[in-house]
Amino acid sequence: MIESPPATAQPTAATAPRTPLLEIDGVSRAFGEVVALDGVSLTIAENEFFALLGPSGCGKTTLLRSIAGFESPDSGSIRLGGDDLLGLPPNRRPVNLMFQSYALFPHMSVEKNVAYGLERERLPKAEVRQRVDEVLETVGLAALAKRRPAQLSGGQRQRVALARAIVKRPRLLLLDEPLSALDRKVRAEMQLELKRLQHEVGITFVVVTHDQEEAMSMADRIAVLDGGRVQQVAGPVELYRHPANLFVAGFIGTSNLVAGRWDGTSFRTAVGMLPVSEARRQSADDAACLVVRPEDVRIGDPGTGVLDGVVADVTFQGGGTHVAVTVPGLDAPFRVAVPGVPPLARGDAVSLAWDTAVVVSGSGR
Amino acid sequence: MTNQPAPAGRVPRRVPAGATTDRRRLLLARLASRREAFVLLTPGLLFYAFLVACPVGLVLAYSVATRGRFGGVEWGLDLSNYSRALEPLYLEVLRSSVGIALLATFVALLIGYPTAYAISRLPGRWRTVALVLVVVPFWTNFLIRMYAWIVLLNSQGLVNDALHGLGIIDERVGLLYTDGAVVVGLVYVYLPLMILPIYAAIERLDRELLEASANLGASRLRTFWSVQLPLTLPGVMTGCILVFVPSLGNFVVPELLGGGKTVMVGNLIRDQFLRAQDWPFGSVLAMVVVVALLGLFLVQAVVTRRIEGPARHG
Repeated sequence: MIESPPATAQPTAATAPRTPLLEIDGVSRAFGEVVALDGVSLTIAENEFFALLGPSGCGKTTLLRSIAGFESPDSGSIRLGGDDLLGLPPNRRPVNLMFQSYALFPHMSVEKNVAYGLERERLPKAEVRQRVDEVLETVGLAALAKRRPAQLSGGQRQRVALARAIVKRPRLLLLDEPLSALDRKVRAEMQLELKRLQHEVGITFVVVTHDQEEAMSMADRIAVLDGGRVQQVAGPVELYRHPANLFVAGFIGTSNLVAGRWDGTSFRTAVGMLPVSEARRQSADDAACLVVRPEDVRIGDPGTGVLDGVVADVTFQGGGTHVAVTVPGLDAPFRVAVPGVPPLARGDAVSLAWDTAVVVSGSGR
Repeated sequence: MTNQPAPAGRVPRRVPAGATTDRRRLLLARLASRREAFVLLTPGLLFYAFLVACPVGLVLAYSVATRGRFGGVEWGLDLSNYSRALEPLYLEVLRSSVGIALLATFVALLIGYPTAYAISRLPGRWRTVALVLVVVPFWTNFLIRMYAWIVLLNSQGLVNDALHGLGIIDERVGLLYTDGAVVVGLVYVYLPLMILPIYAAIERLDRELLEASANLGASRLRTFWSVQLPLTLPGVMTGCILVFVPSLGNFVVPELLGGGKTVMVGNLIRDQFLRAQDWPFGSVLAMVVVVALLGLFLVQAVVTRRIEGPARHG
């Protein structure tokens, strides 16, 4: 039953850091008793689309604000292209931030908002004009240049905020929950748009988000944060396929988690030994968890697989079907994603099998 | 207007019957909420009707009446009082009153804005303490506080003592009974009315806008001039009006701290009513002040609207 030995999960060549642009080294920050950042170290490459992903309170916003200069870390260093950033006041950092609330100046028109940052660089008027026009063209707002922010829709405001940030041609653009204020449809559009823009303008993007789908669909690499610590840094596929620990496994995508013990060769649970394709843990004794993705599970006739159970629910999802299977001895029903419409009904006896499953540290919930 | 079909006739043809009922329900709901608003406004409207509109109407009526031979008034429509108000003597009083009130407003602004800003930066509970302290002087009688200033400012007073003791002046100077003393008194009395609206405006200001300004490369000074000040300008204007209006009409401060040498329009109006028994002319002067203030409020409304921008459409 036990298949491959523990596989190593290094970032693949495509997602490996290129020339480092932003180097965050051992950054910690506490607010009284609350530790927001606990020794965070990250390296973000030139031209990368990087995401800081985590639940609220994981420290991602504090990290972003530290890079922009609105928070001072208690310890650690942040360097941009080799130069220390922490010694510079916010207005002298070559970093622009797109605020979650957009923070557009309500008393200025769209073009004045966008020109504001360039005017601070004391550029000639003609150049300011030209660059503002260009960037408004890029984000598709040229026609609305004279409007006030209050006269724009949410999506348009977001474009203004983006234009205002990229017109400065920063080396690094920080985006704080850039899509959270938009409704579903606009959000999907803007996801593509952000990706296209990042490609077009060649600026390094660092996006903070709590939405794993958003991070997965846009970012080249993702750092998953929890409790002020980096849990894993990897590309989207890597994070999903090879979660480093139980937190990442539970946070990214849907998974079936089975608690048990890993002795180095086999995984023992309350329902017997289960097949494992990869083990991401060092010590053998403590509690561990098996992560099985719903789409990796095959449904067969009773007795043919590794776990027998009864179908509890069948939900048609359009492209496929979600099947919940109650397995005696497991607390939660096993979730299985099947393409198409399987000939299954509530109460059918089935058997489950899989080839891909990862063992991670942690004892489940 | 006349050749357009009535909306009621158009509706059923275009939308199904259910929608009409919905629309009617919506209209009824809107009417109900309008009625509710009206009910809630009633006390305020009554207050305005009896305590603002009536007195002003009365003053207006007096202002076109004629002074009675033996006191009192003879009703009529006599505009000669208005032309009398334009005589240089009275214009000069008006001008100097406006000057003193403007100066007091300006000084109050210079003190009030930094104070309000500092209070907004205090940690939560200290903010409340500071705001209470701003209002505390109102707990003491106005006249007592004015007499306190007389004690402070007179040539044997504490201010002279201090200046003399520090060697800044050799001879004691007459600080009291000057225009300066009047300005000091007005600033002192009305400063809280400057601080509170500015504080409210700064509190309401989204801090992220200031951060955004810094993030775009603006220095703190630039952020103040380009973002903070324009966005708190409505509060500044409210504060200025709240200080300017009562300063212009005040007659106790010029009397006590100005020693009667400084005649402001407030004193003039009071004298017309109480000493000269010329109610029509007093009313004219009062109307001039009222109209000037209405103009001011209009300016404030326009500026506020410009800053906050036109309403969102669609």
